[in-house]
Amino acid sequence: MIEVIDVHKSFGELQVLRGVNLSVEKGESMTVIGGSGSGKSVLLKHIIGLLFPDKGRVIVDGQSLNDLDEYGLNELRKKFGMLFQMAALFDSLTVWENVGFSLKQHTNLSDEEIRKIATEKLALVGLKDVEDKMPAELSGGMKKRVGLARAICMDAAIILYDEPTTGLDPIAADAINDLIVDLRKKLGVTSVTITHDMHSAYKISDRIAMLYKGEILEIGTPDQIRDTKNPIVHQFITGSAVGPITAE
Amino acid sequence: MASAVESRGFINNVLETVGRRTSSVFVEIGAVLIFLGQTLRWTVSPPFYWKSALKQMEMIGVDSVPVVLTTALSTGMVLALQSYTGFKRFGAETLIGTVVSLSMTRELGPVLTGLMVAGRAGASMAAELGTMRVTEQIDALSTLATNPMKYLVVPRFVASTVMMFFLTVLGMITGIAGGYFVGVKVLGTNPVTYIDNSINYTEVKDIWFGLIKALVFGAVVGLIGCYKGFNTEGGAEGVGKATTGAVVVSCMLILILDYFISALLW
Repeated sequence: MIEVIDVHKSFGELQVLRGVNLSVEKGESMTVIGGSGSGKSVLLKHIIGLLFPDKGRVIVDGQSLNDLDEYGLNELRKKFGMLFQMAALFDSLTVWENVGFSLKQHTNLSDEEIRKIATEKLALVGLKDVEDKMPAELSGGMKKRVGLARAICMDAAIILYDEPTTGLDPIAADAINDLIVDLRKKLGVTSVTITHDMHSAYKISDRIAMLYKGEILEIGTPDQIRDTKNPIVHQFITGSAVGPITAE
Repeated sequence: MASAVESRGFINNVLETVGRRTSSVFVEIGAVLIFLGQTLRWTVSPPFYWKSALKQMEMIGVDSVPVVLTTALSTGMVLALQSYTGFKRFGAETLIGTVVSLSMTRELGPVLTGLMVAGRAGASMAAELGTMRVTEQIDALSTLATNPMKYLVVPRFVASTVMMFFLTVLGMITGIAGGYFVGVKVLGTNPVTYIDNSINYTEVKDIWFGLIKALVFGAVVGLIGCYKGFNTEGGAEGVGKATTGAVVVSCMLILILDYFISALLW
């Protein structure tokens, strides 16, 4: 469903991705782990066409993102939902307007119908009676849930999660993990998550890929990653300060 | 010998710095022109976000009315007072009306309105879009298959251009009224002569010159405010820099373009 082929990306002198290869099957939950500044967010932005590679290709459902024009790219993006690290809710819109934003832009549904669908999606992520609140009135965990409801509002086939548990307390973080697993079961979506939270990675993933210095260092099931022989991956997943990776 | 090498090194450093800064200025100008091209392209392609444009017209236009009225009124009154002092020395007090009318229509109406709107609405646009950029709201729009240029920039650009026109008309009228009040009520100039001189020496083309300037200044404020906000980097500090940059660049462009438009429409 998603193929990342030999993707290179630099920003000025800084080379962030150095030939990333990654393949995600339909219905699979793939998690990319890696330290801060390893290029995880840059990789995720390539998958949805917010960034384009200097070299290499990203193919989604057989379509190469490099070859699409503005219209084609927007049509493809309708298959995606994305949960941002800080939720990225629109400050000036209420919760239901945020959730139903895509429906308002891309369908002829009335405001009443959009509100009804938004309420259903909010219920799916465990939120009630928040439709008329503004994003500033919500807690961090609630914002993430609203962001998730917005991501699934157009019945996306692929959901991208950018650090879904960052900034949340352990209980709220685990609730988000449960929600990701639950949504996948209910909706059968393909998902790509980037995180450095190993508890989350083990819980939500079919496969885990470790991104290090702009390349995929190792890829495998959660059990295979737990039993890795690679000292870099081992150091990262155990969270040890001693090893080949040095803190920046 | 060592001193010659040091001074050559110093000169090289200065030249390198000047070269780098000059190059970055041209890169920035190029980026603004590309941004303008994209904005114009998306302005003429459907769909158009009318509701958003009307909301921006209210924020940029209606909310700027008090500041424009105050500035124009004060300027018209001061202009009458100062020109009276000068004209009285050679017995030409009756020409105060002409000076106020011509100044307000051709020059001060559009320029002062432009500067005031740049300070108020241009800064607000840059801060709002800058915050949306650093909190990933602009990326979120793209992921929701909505073009951020169309959704955010075009309504602000159109609203700024259109509302600057109407605010300038308001500024011109208020400034002239302020001048009349001081000239006639305070300084005792004959009202009929004052109005006659104002009307007889002010042509319709003077008003149009001012309004053409207003349209250009409105486009500049909208374009620079959105450009700076859209390209914000680096969190809260970046938003601050974008906001300051939007006001400074807009004001400088208004003053520079004012000369060239005046020279062109002479």
